[in-house]
Amino acid sequence: MPTGWAPAILSAARQETATARTLQLSIADWPGHLAGQHLDVRLTAEDGYRAERSYSIASAPGGPVELTVQAVDDGEVSPFLVHDLAVGDTVEVRGPLGGWFVWRPTQLEPVLLVAGGSGLVPLMAMLRAHRQATASTPMRLLYSVRTPDDVLYRDELADAVLFHTRRAPEAGRPPRRLGAADLAQYGFPVDDRPTCYLCGPTAFVEHTAGLLVELGHAPARIRTERFG
Amino acid sequence: MNVPTRGFHGRRRVDDQKLPPGQYLTRDFPVLSAGPTPAVAHETWEFSIISESGALHVWTWRDLTALPADDVTVDLHCVTRWSKLATPWQGVSLDTLLEPVETAADHALITSYGGYTTNLPLADLRGGQAWLAYRYDGEPLAAEHGGPVRLLVPHLYLWKSAKWVRRIELGDTDAPGFWETLGYHNYGDPWREQRYDGD
Repeated sequence: MPTGWAPAILSAARQETATARTLQLSIADWPGHLAGQHLDVRLTAEDGYRAERSYSIASAPGGPVELTVQAVDDGEVSPFLVHDLAVGDTVEVRGPLGGWFVWRPTQLEPVLLVAGGSGLVPLMAMLRAHRQATASTPMRLLYSVRTPDDVLYRDELADAVLFHTRRAPEAGRPPRRLGAADLAQYGFPVDDRPTCYLCGPTAFVEHTAGLLVELGHAPARIRTERFG
Repeated sequence: MNVPTRGFHGRRRVDDQKLPPGQYLTRDFPVLSAGPTPAVAHETWEFSIISESGALHVWTWRDLTALPADDVTVDLHCVTRWSKLATPWQGVSLDTLLEPVETAADHALITSYGGYTTNLPLADLRGGQAWLAYRYDGEPLAAEHGGPVRLLVPHLYLWKSAKWVRRIELGDTDAPGFWETLGYHNYGDPWREQRYDGD
């Protein structure tokens, strides 16, 4: 696991939505990461005051490290990272961290990814890693998002099933929550023994994990990560 | 190392002095679990302590709640960096539960309903430092926060306070638990910022 803090230079950035931004970091001696892992980010003010937060890595292993940060209303760190940090600026990072909520290309079972809001970020790393890998084990993504304006990585989600909870595109289904029938229809049969990765707000993850267990999926094959 | 980030000022708070290094204050109660929340009914809940000689001590829900309970107000520190101050709990001290247990063991391994495990020195469960908690803020403990009963060891990072606690095994050797084998610190003192292996 991690050594100490290392400087990381913002080498590129792109806005994903009005409130979410992807930060590409240049980190000397980066040891590489697994899809699903996160980083600790530390900001230090001129007077020495520090603030530290954890963010999921969005990029696949092998390439440059990218975080996608959702600005939290009234947040101390995330609005700064989304709105103020400029290319060329330095932060400090520690990681990669976390060894449970990860997907490795050597896994041969089908994989169901279920994302709520910005919980998509670590799952996107898995989806990207899966696309890079030569193994053809199936991986599916169900993505619950408030409105079309909140969708992250839109260009990469052609095969994903989206559920809009507040406002849907005019051509699509009306807004609704992801339910048990959706998990049965778009997920994998219990007999396929998929590994399920769930990430999102607590209420979403609690609800969805409960539905998967009711459908008969073994709790040991359901991995969760939550925020908020 | 201490590299400033251009333009960052941050937001100091009055309560910051009560926070261990690297933590920030939260007012809600975040939930972190590695898997689904297990459904554990009061009627079937059982808790046991197994000593190094194999002696088994078992409590049902009725047994536990018949024991004298403490009301404690403690600060919580999660390794994911949030801290929540002055949280009110009710539960039975591990001192009470360990009283009938004959042991000279140094180590404790906690196992939860759902299979989660965590380890800590037995000394950290004694001396008014640890409880089996079953009420939070005047209400029965919610399942997502570890109900019906969770371990509460607030002087260590919160992953040591195992939710849905089922069993404590006492032994002469240390057996790392779930997060302890995944790169997190074996002891986890927030004031010494023991987050990860090697800290």
